[in-house]
Amino acid sequence: MTIDAYLLCLKGILVREVLRFLKQRERFLAALVRPLVWLFVFAAGFRAALGVSIIPPYETYITYEVYIVPGLIGMIQLFNGMQSSLSMVYDREMGSMRILMVTPLPRWYLLTCKLLAGAAVSILQAYTFLVIAALFGITLPAIGYVAVLPALVLSGLMLGAVGLLLSSTIRQLENFAGIMNFVIFPTFFLSSALYPLWKMQESSVVLHRICQFNPFTHAVELIRFALYGRVAPVALGITLLSLALFLALAIYGYSPAKAMMQRRAGTGGG
Amino acid sequence: MTVLRSDTPALDIAGLAFSYGGRFALQDVSFAVPPGAFTALLGPNGAGKTTLFSLITHLFTGGRGTIRIGGWDIRRESRKALAQMGVVFQQPTLDLDLTVVQNLRYFASLHAMPTRTADQRIEAELARLELWDRRDDRVRHLSGGYRRRVEVARALLHRPSLLLLDEATVGLDVPTRRRIVDQVHALARDDGIAVLWATHLIDEVRADDDVVVMHGGRVKARGRVDEVARAAGCETIGEAFARMIAADPEGEGGGERREGGKGGGGGSP
Repeated sequence: MTIDAYLLCLKGILVREVLRFLKQRERFLAALVRPLVWLFVFAAGFRAALGVSIIPPYETYITYEVYIVPGLIGMIQLFNGMQSSLSMVYDREMGSMRILMVTPLPRWYLLTCKLLAGAAVSILQAYTFLVIAALFGITLPAIGYVAVLPALVLSGLMLGAVGLLLSSTIRQLENFAGIMNFVIFPTFFLSSALYPLWKMQESSVVLHRICQFNPFTHAVELIRFALYGRVAPVALGITLLSLALFLALAIYGYSPAKAMMQRRAGTGGG
Repeated sequence: MTVLRSDTPALDIAGLAFSYGGRFALQDVSFAVPPGAFTALLGPNGAGKTTLFSLITHLFTGGRGTIRIGGWDIRRESRKALAQMGVVFQQPTLDLDLTVVQNLRYFASLHAMPTRTADQRIEAELARLELWDRRDDRVRHLSGGYRRRVEVARALLHRPSLLLLDEATVGLDVPTRRRIVDQVHALARDDGIAVLWATHLIDEVRADDDVVVMHGGRVKARGRVDEVARAAGCETIGEAFARMIAADPEGEGGGERREGGKGGGGGSP
């Protein structure tokens, strides 16, 4: 196989994911409405209750709406990662995952392509959210709109890898509801998405520690700093490490020897 | 199309055994499918056909024995082996929200086909399966029969030397089933594609086909349809199939093998 072959495959998977996303208008709307409700309703209500002091990367006092923008972008990518996971469980139940798995390219590459395609969709959503926020006066430094792109790629891949890993362990679509309770909500609330970590420390040292170990916190901080044209080295390192770990586990989960399809096969067909 | 030496079976399975935990699903399965042969893999539900397909397509791995596709070992050279096969799974695998052409382009890209070549191949296969007029329809709007034919067209895009179909006509009405069976027979006859057609429906097997009868994870008989029927002391393969199942309702007995015919002589590593 040549490099062209690998690129053609990547292009095909990207095009398919984007086409699917655009044809599922409800999914597009839901992906946007969720963070916008948080931005314009939740943040408005909590603006008075939560004072955010000057912490890096901010150089002056900011409104709460500005503070939670990176967290809401993280939320978009987190939900997108879980949505991809759901769609992969569905694809596996419906069989279309098999078509991907029986193609003559390495499985790790095919899964990485799926991950890239999912990240691309989440970036489309994130930029649409930033445009709508800007239209309502929540703006960021101009450089931030460009500088955030690599951070979005990385965080999108990392959160997508979590989804990929989950999809390799979930046997049935019905089990997916548990993901909402046990993965998405704890991941989101035990992070710096809605409040700075020093605020959490004032309330609970244990929860503060958990937040510090949460890879989602670091993805959010990576985005937050990038939106101001700055690099957060610790957040970058932990996000990269988390991506490598989750992706490696997901690839193992989808290997022919380990595939849960194998465990389930006793129930199927002739 | 991948060119094979005439003496290289498109599919060669030897001594295959596989189990889920302590329960065996396949035991000592051996047979071969030569180029251009239509081989029916006949067995009741639970015979092990789908497990066998999952091993051939490398969705599963493990167990004992060897599977070679065009001479390539599926475990050691899986990518070369996979490049030679087209697969229609028992479960539908098309993306319902995409059009016929979009589904086929996606598959072509997975096989690294350049856009121009892909479009030529898509046109040729859709025309062959009389689907060209429906190319821009969303798959969601197609009937079950059309969807199956789209899957056959998709499986042929990269010119495989071996076409695997696992219960491809389940849920379809009789005329549609007959049409698909005819079209797949034509692929073997006219294009020299080796076909392995898994089914539990006896009326899909023709007198001049090769047949491998599976039950309880074992090969009960193999050879040309008329020879297998005769060897079982029956006039038709239907009777022979019913007799084999009735003789061992739970599928636990040992496999008795009958060889002969163009598809029956394989099985050597």
